[in-house]
Amino acid sequence: MKKLFLIGIKDLKLMFRDRAALTFMLLAPFLLTIGMGFVTGRFSGGSTGISDIPVVIVNLDNNQLGNALVDLFNSEDLAELMEPTASSDPEAARQLIDSDQASAAVIIPEGFTRSIIPAEGTMFDPNAVTPEAVKIEVYANPSRPTGAGIVKAIVDEFVSRVEEGRMRGMTSIVGLMQSGLLNPQNAEAEARALFENVDQIESTVITLKTDTQGAEAVEFDLLAYFAPGMALMFLMYTVSYGGRSILAERAQGTLPRLMISPTQSVQILGGKVLGIFFMGVAQVGILILASAMFFQVKWGDAPGILALILAAVFGATGWGMLITAFAHTPAQVANTGTVVMLIFSILGGSFINLENFPPFIQTISKITPNAWGLDGFTTLALGGTLKNLTEPITALLVMGTVLFGVAVVIFNRNGLVQK
Amino acid sequence: MISILEVRGLKKNYGDFAAVKGITFDIKEGEIFSLLGPNGAGKTTTISMLSTLYAPTSGDATIGGHSITKDPMAVKQVIGVVPQEIALYEDLTARENLLFWGQMYGLSGKSLNSRVDEVLEQIGLVDKAKNRVKTYSGGMKRRVNIGVGLLHKPRLLFMDEPTVGIDPQSRRAILDTVKDLNKQGMTVLYTTHYMEEAQELSDRVGIIDHGELIALGTQKELTLQVGETDTLILHIGEHDDPEALANSLDGVPDVLEAIATDGEVSVVAREAEEVLAAVVTKANDRGIKIRSIDIREPNLEAVFLHLTGRALRD
Repeated sequence: MKKLFLIGIKDLKLMFRDRAALTFMLLAPFLLTIGMGFVTGRFSGGSTGISDIPVVIVNLDNNQLGNALVDLFNSEDLAELMEPTASSDPEAARQLIDSDQASAAVIIPEGFTRSIIPAEGTMFDPNAVTPEAVKIEVYANPSRPTGAGIVKAIVDEFVSRVEEGRMRGMTSIVGLMQSGLLNPQNAEAEARALFENVDQIESTVITLKTDTQGAEAVEFDLLAYFAPGMALMFLMYTVSYGGRSILAERAQGTLPRLMISPTQSVQILGGKVLGIFFMGVAQVGILILASAMFFQVKWGDAPGILALILAAVFGATGWGMLITAFAHTPAQVANTGTVVMLIFSILGGSFINLENFPPFIQTISKITPNAWGLDGFTTLALGGTLKNLTEPITALLVMGTVLFGVAVVIFNRNGLVQK
Repeated sequence: MISILEVRGLKKNYGDFAAVKGITFDIKEGEIFSLLGPNGAGKTTTISMLSTLYAPTSGDATIGGHSITKDPMAVKQVIGVVPQEIALYEDLTARENLLFWGQMYGLSGKSLNSRVDEVLEQIGLVDKAKNRVKTYSGGMKRRVNIGVGLLHKPRLLFMDEPTVGIDPQSRRAILDTVKDLNKQGMTVLYTTHYMEEAQELSDRVGIIDHGELIALGTQKELTLQVGETDTLILHIGEHDDPEALANSLDGVPDVLEAIATDGEVSVVAREAEEVLAAVVTKANDRGIKIRSIDIREPNLEAVFLHLTGRALRD
């Protein structure tokens, strides 16, 4: 175990002494991130960059609260962020989502207002039938997680504020009645007066309360999308650089020299993999710290970020090892690695949000660590925490394990040093 | 004397090509044994098998009583290897390289640091220890390359052509180092295609060609194989035919053998002076221009020539 660690540290040290590699691993993604920031107006106080999220609203309630929610989506505050269209048919709205024409459908069911504000004369009537609880349905487009997440966050915020207002009002009225300060005959009128304002929801364009319990309201920063996009893109370069070092060591004779020292092959290969892993973690970690320091990028929950970095680097390392296992020369790894880096960056959404791609491309993107990594980083930027990262982290760990397993089989077949 | 290395029928095939064809030899504890042969003779493949890098196709060897096929990890503890190619991390300093490789051989802490200091002293690089290896000359790199092989004080040191491609001064330093190590009790297996190095260093020499060990013994034993003869090396004109001159020397009194090689004719005789005049006359008769003549007394080159019909450097 000690030798494995020593080999990994040695590789990390060598990486930090390779100026050309450092430029490509750290400076290039940093500069590209800055470029993206300028292009999108991030540094000129412009918008968040996420705008015109297509959402279909079906208001079957046609009552006070349903109408309030429709008004909210059509409000001035959300004008830049949302592009709502109205529909009267829930099934037609769902089909629009299925055919990827919108990020989400908000279906406000009939009786939504009544389930919260009882009909006149029934509020404090013990014999009145309690209306069945109905819930607003957000039919999300899985291929547009960012847009759908924002729609869901707005609806959740609306509902929680309405619910909070109702509970607060009812508690006050009941309390006043019990203390004799309010005549029961006037209670309903007072309660209705309180309900008049229950739908007055404050909203801002970019301050979104997510569905995460206890999470603070967060501001979604576009750089929190582009910075990890660039970091993940160049992470693929780093892992292929690390893989290349295995073949370079073979060519320069240090790998055979390691093999004739009293060190097991598995320790040598494990050490090399650990070295690649260290390099990837160092690269992404430095980029995240730098963008947080220099651009005030809000990456979100720290434990979540740490776990996601480790998982993303693990998944990417698997790809690096696979590329290396198939290659015969360092140049082959470099060439293949560059091609894979570019394809994965495009497929994985480093340049263009995946939501703009057709569904089959979005499905293919799942083979890239970039897509899963970006999914996770976006979740964190929107206020998610480690517990919301189960899917991307699991996917990345499975990806890394499977690819590493295949690479080891190929290395075992061919031998670390050709015999 | 006890054998530290016993090689028995060691064979290595690459597909249909037999790189090493079942060689057998021993090395006694405390001696310098040279494996002499031209490029491609199988020296490096032999070292690679003995150092457990390559698995032999058949045969086995024991080093310090451990089989290279059955107990390679124990073998690795006994041997040190100085590979033919410089196998170092060029972006690390000499000290960092030695520290890393020392750790790979299980050294740590104070013993590692003091051993690295000793080796730096031994290879004469104390002053340059903090410079990156990539800034070194070829000779300095060779010295670090040797230093790595010495770190764990191996009982048996394999040195695979350690003087290839370096200046005469560095070569001299390396040969002196080998002798010093041997004086300190280290057994050395030294491969080379330079006859002079094998002659200067070796207690015994194995001559290897085309994967076969074609001669083995002390230098005296080997030179006796070609008898008490001298060799005249005739360097002839570029456009002259060495084959024709060699054929014309057949039957010349006191000429034992005449062998044509590229641009040269090697003439073996009991006394060089006795055949010199006749050889020059034969060349003149055929209009062959002799540019220079070397006279060599019996040596390993002559043995190789005698055994293979080729010069060692071919």
